Amino acid sequence: MTQRGPFVFLVVLLLLAGVGVAAFRQQEYRIPLLPGAQQTVWEVEARISFRARGGTAQAYLTLPPNQDGFRVVSETGASSGFGFELGTLRSQRRAHWTKRNAQGEQILFYKLQLVHDPNYRVDSIPPFETPRVAWDEPYRTAAQQIVQSTLPISADARTLAQQLINNMNLFPADQNISLLRGRYDEPTLLANLLLSADVTARKVQVLALEDGRRRQALRNYVQVWDWDEFRWYLFNPRLGPVTDLDNLLLWQTDTPAVLEVMGGTRSRVSFSMISQARSMLALTEESPGFGFSLYTLPIAEQGMFKLIMLLPVGALVVVFMRLVVGVRTSGTFMPVLIALAFLQTELIPGVLSFVLVIIIGLLIRSYLSQLNLLLVARIATLIILVVGIISVFSVMSYRLGLMAGLKISFFPMIILAWTIERMSIIWEEEGPREVLVQGGGSLLVAVLAFLLMDLTIVRHLAFNFPELHLCVLALVMVLGRYTGYRLLELTRFAGLKDT
Amino acid sequence: MSTWIGPRQLSRRGVLGMNRRNVAYISRYNPRTRFPLVDDKLKTKLIAHKAGIQVPELLHVVRTQHEIEDIEARLDPLSEFVIKPAQGSGGKGILVIESRDADAYIKNNRERIALNTIKRHLSNIISGLHSLGGRYDVAIVEALVKVSSLFRNVSHEGVPDIRLIVFQGYPVMGMLRLATAASNGKANLHRGAVGVGLDIGTGLSIAAVQNDRIIQTHPDTKADLTHLAVPNWRQILLLAAQCFDVTQLGYLGCDIVIDQNLGPLLLELNARPGLSIQIANDAGLLPRLRHIEELEFSAATVEDRVDYAMQAFTRGRSPKQTNLWEES
Repeated sequence: MTQRGPFVFLVVLLLLAGVGVAAFRQQEYRIPLLPGAQQTVWEVEARISFRARGGTAQAYLTLPPNQDGFRVVSETGASSGFGFELGTLRSQRRAHWTKRNAQGEQILFYKLQLVHDPNYRVDSIPPFETPRVAWDEPYRTAAQQIVQSTLPISADARTLAQQLINNMNLFPADQNISLLRGRYDEPTLLANLLLSADVTARKVQVLALEDGRRRQALRNYVQVWDWDEFRWYLFNPRLGPVTDLDNLLLWQTDTPAVLEVMGGTRSRVSFSMISQARSMLALTEESPGFGFSLYTLPIAEQGMFKLIMLLPVGALVVVFMRLVVGVRTSGTFMPVLIALAFLQTELIPGVLSFVLVIIIGLLIRSYLSQLNLLLVARIATLIILVVGIISVFSVMSYRLGLMAGLKISFFPMIILAWTIERMSIIWEEEGPREVLVQGGGSLLVAVLAFLLMDLTIVRHLAFNFPELHLCVLALVMVLGRYTGYRLLELTRFAGLKDT
Repeated sequence: MSTWIGPRQLSRRGVLGMNRRNVAYISRYNPRTRFPLVDDKLKTKLIAHKAGIQVPELLHVVRTQHEIEDIEARLDPLSEFVIKPAQGSGGKGILVIESRDADAYIKNNRERIALNTIKRHLSNIISGLHSLGGRYDVAIVEALVKVSSLFRNVSHEGVPDIRLIVFQGYPVMGMLRLATAASNGKANLHRGAVGVGLDIGTGLSIAAVQNDRIIQTHPDTKADLTHLAVPNWRQILLLAAQCFDVTQLGYLGCDIVIDQNLGPLLLELNARPGLSIQIANDAGLLPRLRHIEELEFSAATVEDRVDYAMQAFTRGRSPKQTNLWEES
């Protein structure tokens, strides 16, 4: 064992460094210590990729209009080797990238910083004109019949939209609806039906803002103009009116395509976003010279780091539960990975699906053990089985309308396979009781780690003050030198009590 | 009896906890490089044999799958033997053959098995079914230990063994481990075997525990466990103390069996011995470990160390105790 002095010195140094740097950054860059003490800043990044044919390449990306609730702080679109400018086509803002000689895979970024501000209001721009819809037969008759049957049971534009949505989502579907659905997608159909009833409506594309999401696509919604209130109302063509607009960013309202690329093929655009807790002041003042900051990473990577930065917290929970409480788990750090998966699935559905997958896996594994496979082949078999179980689960829960079941795919499947293998060996060697003890222990530690990692304050500090992880490191090191009794040893050795 | 004990009382009784065992004893006194010596039973056997420590006789070693083909000729002269994996832990994969007739081998539970079953068992051992993490392993065929008839009255089935904690070459604590029906004939405490604490000075029993709780009689054989005495006690301690010189592991668990004809034999060694032995002894390990750590000079010979330990760690002879071995 090393000397006590240097160890204490190292721990104190780590603690001071962590707290010191955090305090410095808090003062200097005004990063708030507590979440919620500032406006939410959304950073949205559109990633455009296409394969240039060689020669001139141009790309147009539709940009979100100025809208209620979101104030644009900054936007950048610079990509190396490309000329960039912002323009407007009719009422729609667009970004325009140009390059004289482009060859091969091209990647362009457009980065947008928005502040969510419920009091921010924009003057509504009334629609220019209401376009006429040209229906072909037999669709014209079907559309007319639907409009005629729905008009009498509605009062205004908005209730008409609501009734049409109800009609479209009836089960079994109305004959006319089925006919039209074969030709038009839902948002187009809804917009066209509304137009046929002389209601001003348009198809729009929105981006759902969800912290840390990557590779997202735009969603198709429909807007209905209300002349009385002189503003647009947003409708989800599957569910009805959208009232919670806090996390929906209107992206495209006018031009037909979000992305247009000339001189290239296989173009696509995807969106990443992240919410940050920086004060407005810091946003404008932060010096670019402060190089080592997670904020400088691309948004998609920042989203990943929001999760990665929670790992040390989970590891700390495992160390504590192992060394101080004495809980036995199957696979030392497996609970942290399970807790990370819980962060995506929410607690109750996560725990349920985890337990179910393990139980089904154990049942199948008990058959496998009769086949006498070698270890590597056995694990590989289990991985394939776990993938199968998870696919079946997802399909089943989707059919039953449980969207939470879909998130089961966030579970680390290789870890699940190993867990099943280890549990079944414990079952064979130590009996089912030990499986319950270790499985329950793992689940307990995973849930505790989840509860801690899910705290808003923990997430906030872990991402915005990464230097605080030096303090976590110091704590882990101190726990590593703990030679006292574990909590569960107090009951294990109860037989030694004085009588 | 309350199911909790306060940490202060635990510490006053000198109980060694898992954290302190790992940091202050295993990682301080057991060099990592010596671990393979005890994790592989074949290696343990070979070095012990070389140093003149008595072990169950090694009959055959089966290292590869194709050696299994001609195993019949090698097993032919044997009527009783034990097959075990070299790297199995916790009594896994042990096959005991007690006798044979013209066409079958008879296991210790009277089950008759064919040669093919033995071949499949060997094949499983070699492909790592019983070893930690499924590593390739070798199978050991060794002589069957003849359990003393005296032990049969006490133990349910299986071979009872004596676990001794040897610290820096001094035996500091010991216990007799008896298989039960709950432990499936295995002598491992965490599987439900009974542990009987033994006085280092005399080899007399102190207390018996099953699943970390004190008991008076064996749950299956109903034998009284409070008045046991192990014969040839000093010889057993000498055997255990020698293991330190062979392995250089400062904190060591020695498992010793007593053969009716050959006397004490070293069965296996453990570099991470468990802590339940303290409950069976109704005493903590720490005072004894510290006692040894504070010795100003270490006794040179194995005999001196054993004599010192027998004198230092005894609780005195109790007049009530009778010698079960002499009675029968």
